[in-house]
Amino acid sequence: MIDIKIPTVAALAAEGKVPEILFWVGCAGSFDERYKNVTKAFVKILNKVRVDFAVLGPEETCTGDPARRAGNDFLFQMQAMSNIQVLNGYGIKTIVTACPHCFNTLKNEYPELGGNYQVFHHSTYLQQLIDEGKVIQKAEEVAFIGRKITFHDSCYLGRANNIYEAPRKVLEALDAELVEMKRCKTKGLCCGAGGGQMFKEAEKGNKEVNIERTEEALETKADTIAVACPFCMTMMSDGIKNKEKEGSVQVRDLAELIAESEGL
Amino acid sequence: MTIISQVVFTVISGVFCFFIAKRVNFIRSNIALGRSQKVVGNKRQRLKNVLLIALGQKKMFKKLVPAVLHLLIYVGFVLINIEVLEIVLDGFLGSHRIFAPLLLDFYAPLISFFEILALGVIFSCVVFLIRRNIIHVARLKNPEMKGWASFDGNLVLIIEIILMGAILSMNTTDQLLQEMGNSAYPQTGSFLVSSWLLPIFEGYLPSTLVIIERMAWWFHIVGIFGFALYVTYSKHLHIFMAFPNTYFSKLTPKGAMEPMPEITSEVQLMLGIPLEGEIVPPPEGFKFGARDISDLSRKNLMDAYACTECGRCTAECPANLTGKKLSPRKIMMDTRDRMEEIGNGKSDLKGHHQKFLLGDFITKEEINACTSCNACVEACPVLINPLDIILQLRRYEAMEASGSPTSWNAMFQNLETNSAPWKFSPQDRFNWSKELKMIDN
Repeated sequence: MIDIKIPTVAALAAEGKVPEILFWVGCAGSFDERYKNVTKAFVKILNKVRVDFAVLGPEETCTGDPARRAGNDFLFQMQAMSNIQVLNGYGIKTIVTACPHCFNTLKNEYPELGGNYQVFHHSTYLQQLIDEGKVIQKAEEVAFIGRKITFHDSCYLGRANNIYEAPRKVLEALDAELVEMKRCKTKGLCCGAGGGQMFKEAEKGNKEVNIERTEEALETKADTIAVACPFCMTMMSDGIKNKEKEGSVQVRDLAELIAESEGL
Repeated sequence: MTIISQVVFTVISGVFCFFIAKRVNFIRSNIALGRSQKVVGNKRQRLKNVLLIALGQKKMFKKLVPAVLHLLIYVGFVLINIEVLEIVLDGFLGSHRIFAPLLLDFYAPLISFFEILALGVIFSCVVFLIRRNIIHVARLKNPEMKGWASFDGNLVLIIEIILMGAILSMNTTDQLLQEMGNSAYPQTGSFLVSSWLLPIFEGYLPSTLVIIERMAWWFHIVGIFGFALYVTYSKHLHIFMAFPNTYFSKLTPKGAMEPMPEITSEVQLMLGIPLEGEIVPPPEGFKFGARDISDLSRKNLMDAYACTECGRCTAECPANLTGKKLSPRKIMMDTRDRMEEIGNGKSDLKGHHQKFLLGDFITKEEINACTSCNACVEACPVLINPLDIILQLRRYEAMEASGSPTSWNAMFQNLETNSAPWKFSPQDRFNWSKELKMIDN
């Protein structure tokens, strides 16, 4: 068992060091019972590849994304500018995050407020690690052979930022069979939680968006629905529960799948 | 005799030019009601968008069948205009087929080519009418497509069929008159499609044929003028608006929301961040977000005039697909309707008639249903952005009207007090690290 290290940026700064990479955990990654597992899996991977990383820990706060999408730009700018003060104060240059909403906000909306960083989503980062041969050396993993995985595109990764290939390359590296849903990539259907919907009841309609999407995922007969977003994780997991398929279908984040194949 | 027809032609074209110019001006001033916006980003990329997306119709080809049918109409429309140019010149100069002596042996093949295009246009329009009225393609049947919108869609197709029919009748009778050796109809050689139609008019007296030929000629050209004027009232205006619209569309990633720099210095003050330079107060009349069209950007308003109501956006919208009231196409149609209403003086921007875009056209229920997934933006063949309008209306509700849903207000409060959208204590933010270490050690 490797000794897990989770250095904070503040602790490193006390030693006069700046981490090469900041892992931005996000609110779901910090608080959501299910999604904390993704944070842990990703930290294990970072430990395994011995990258020089750190987290903000208690100093991290929401990027402001939900406030902005819900229309409260005051609150967004407050959040963003105080985060930028912290990030710039520590001299952070590179950020990786598992949350596409954090990713989008940090990458696309912080520069106009003075926060300029190189920002990666963990799907892109994991793909790089695979390409460099740092995770998944072919001989080890057999657990995924014969399994069927479908990937649910998150809007803030896909359409919002044109990242469609990286998560798929990560899944392909697992040697499982990757099957696509009818609506995928640019036409991928939202899980229903973006734009602040995560924090309110859905408006009146005749169906929940996550049920529509779950049905589509189930049509593929995949045993695993891979996601790359905390909101999608919640929505798809709820959908699977609603369809009473928890026994046969899992909803897993990319980082969890890689950690599993690595025996972490 | 020709002099009279020249005068009549000149007067008719003048009248139509006047009314078209008036409409263009009206539309221009309506768009100018919006906020002016700096156009950033490189020109090369913008021109590339115009070439690929407006001229090249790249995004249409996500749906192959309508794309091919639409292409037939589009190519027909663009190229047959060369023949229209000839008709206009003939009208002014009193000549007959002025290009024939210039193009010699190329003339008949060229007109034959236009006739094939005309057939293509008729074919596509008929299929489109069938799709609208018999097959009932779902995206053309949403609630906002009732009444005028549906009539407009059908009318455009019918007018195009009639105009093409007029060209073919004109050419057919012209050929018969040529065969009869009528001196007013010089020999051009036979035209491919209309020569199949000769039997229809055979046996008519030469004088009758001349009347039919002239009527078809006048009908065609006056029809085109009329259609050009009609287009400015119709959703069909996309044929022109697609070009500026693709040019001015945003170049940043779709996920990036429009910044709001007007409030930044205020936020800096609140946070005690030293300001660089002077405090810039928000400009006069500045609203936090949009309540009416004057709060939207000119690009938003241009979007509304570029929308041809194809409904690809609504067909991809997760909210609409699950029965919610939101339809991105309706957002664009409402924006346009509101602009026309103000432009026509039926209402104003001061709310004297107690009317606003938000509330009277677009309801809170609609904007609150949006997941900001960008499916509508991705789907639009001419780079219209309904999401941008929705988000500005939400800003108004949140920052001016305190009209956000209760649960959003609770989320805002959590953010302010706990720095997270949920009610968790900031101290617990790093607890996961202890849990992880506990498992592993």
